[in-house]
Amino acid sequence: MDTARRQWIYAWLMLSPAMAFLILFTHYPAVQTILNSFYSTPRGRREAVWIGLDNYQTLMLDDVFWKVLANNFWYAVWTIPLSIILSLAMALWVNDKIRGRGFLRMAYFTPTVLPLIAVANIWLFFYTPGFGLIDQIRGLFGLPEQNWMGSPDTALYAMIAVAIWKEAGFFMIFYLAALQTVSPSLKEAADIEGASRWYYFRRVLFPLLMPTTLFVSINAVINSFRLVDHIFVMTEGGPNNASSLLLFYIYEVAFDYWDTAYAATLTVVMIAILILLAIGQFFLFDRKVHYK
Amino acid sequence: MTYDRLLNTAAAWMLALFWLLPLAYAVWTAFHPAAYETRFDLLAPLTLQNFAQAWSEAPFARYFLNTMILVTGIVAAQFTLCTFAAFAFARFTFPGKSIMFALVLMQLLIMPDILIVENYRTMSQLGLIDTIAAIGLPYVASAFGIFLLRQTFMTVPKELDDAARVEGCSYLGILWRVYIPLAKPTFLAYGLVSVSHHWNNFVWPLIVTNSVETRPLTVGLSIFAVTDSGIQWSIINAATLMTSGPLLIAFLLFQRQFVQSFMRAGIK
Repeated sequence: MDTARRQWIYAWLMLSPAMAFLILFTHYPAVQTILNSFYSTPRGRREAVWIGLDNYQTLMLDDVFWKVLANNFWYAVWTIPLSIILSLAMALWVNDKIRGRGFLRMAYFTPTVLPLIAVANIWLFFYTPGFGLIDQIRGLFGLPEQNWMGSPDTALYAMIAVAIWKEAGFFMIFYLAALQTVSPSLKEAADIEGASRWYYFRRVLFPLLMPTTLFVSINAVINSFRLVDHIFVMTEGGPNNASSLLLFYIYEVAFDYWDTAYAATLTVVMIAILILLAIGQFFLFDRKVHYK
Repeated sequence: MTYDRLLNTAAAWMLALFWLLPLAYAVWTAFHPAAYETRFDLLAPLTLQNFAQAWSEAPFARYFLNTMILVTGIVAAQFTLCTFAAFAFARFTFPGKSIMFALVLMQLLIMPDILIVENYRTMSQLGLIDTIAAIGLPYVASAFGIFLLRQTFMTVPKELDDAARVEGCSYLGILWRVYIPLAKPTFLAYGLVSVSHHWNNFVWPLIVTNSVETRPLTVGLSIFAVTDSGIQWSIINAATLMTSGPLLIAFLLFQRQFVQSFMRAGIK
């Protein structure tokens, strides 16, 4: 009994510093965000007043919000599957006895350690109409100049390409770590049975990698809301919000227009989406994940 | 079979070259005079002038110092806080444990990165706007770190723990002599991820800093690149390389350990 009591005290003492910071900078602001979405933005001497669902009404009628939400949807729809597929391919290649394995691994992983804000400058040049690298290569084939970031049709896709390039190598590491734990006897057995490489991948490897895929896909979902640094440098959300994403819009509303109550409302929407997606993923993967 | 192999190797290499292209291009422009920005000539003269110019045109030395202070501070605080919390979760049973753990995991989803509006308010109430501490504080209690270390601590054999208790070791002694040494690969992997994450972080530092004395490299670079916009890619790219340089070199040197520590940490 006495040791049990002592364990409680020890546990609480060890836990409390981390919990204090966690509550101060995660739980308290999350709750505060929800509360503030029901108040008006305090301006000058005017205090914030309770306005009920007014902010949410503004949100429903805000064309920019819907535009940004749609953009974020497409951003997620492209970046999540593509970065997962690429990272899996990378991991399978690098895990194999391929020529130049060390170099390949380095090449794939490098974007992870480069600051997104810094590489945005380089990509900015690639996309520059006329003398940017992409247009120069297109020029060799006689294709016309294209303003990748200035045109509403392509600006978002230009951002998507950068995001995939940035995150795929990071996800590769997780797949690589998982592949290392797969017993080589499985591959030998498959070879004896005469199974093709594709069959082995589909029926043996892929199911074994399911927990990793769940982990990676949750990270990819979170990244599809969080990776916005390059937008600050490359397009600032333009042209006409064609490449703006939810977090970038929250930043603009909060720190360019200083409408903090409306920014809180937008944040509530973002948190709600993240929670729904996380729950959805657990259900989606539930029956397919085999933990040891 | 060999045809299949060839195709895979070719695809892997194509992708790798494409992945390296932005970096290769940045290196090319940064080390050559501006005239060679878009002309690729193997005999182009090499120069360090772009670096010198970038260095002199913005207070990069100060930005470097700020980033160093920030990253060391965050990692030191994360290691301390997360180790104790993870040990509590892995080693003790106490009332409220599962609720506490659920509260910790919530941060994996609702990260400080998206709570910028309220955290800014908190920082101004604490009078910390435009300080390096303000950049780091929201990140010091990291759910990822706590979770990762807890997973590792749980794999420590109970017998080792018991043996140390019999020898008269205190809880802190066990943590220090048994758990932490066994978790070294996890600490290394987590430390590397954390360093690269916070070295590269941009949006939150942009919001809470507004002076040269506090700005980290990423924010400094973005300001430099904007004031210089329209002119001289070579100088911007030199600055870009400078800001990512230390991390890149460290990664290239420790590449093998980096990947292996990840695998040994069992992050999967």
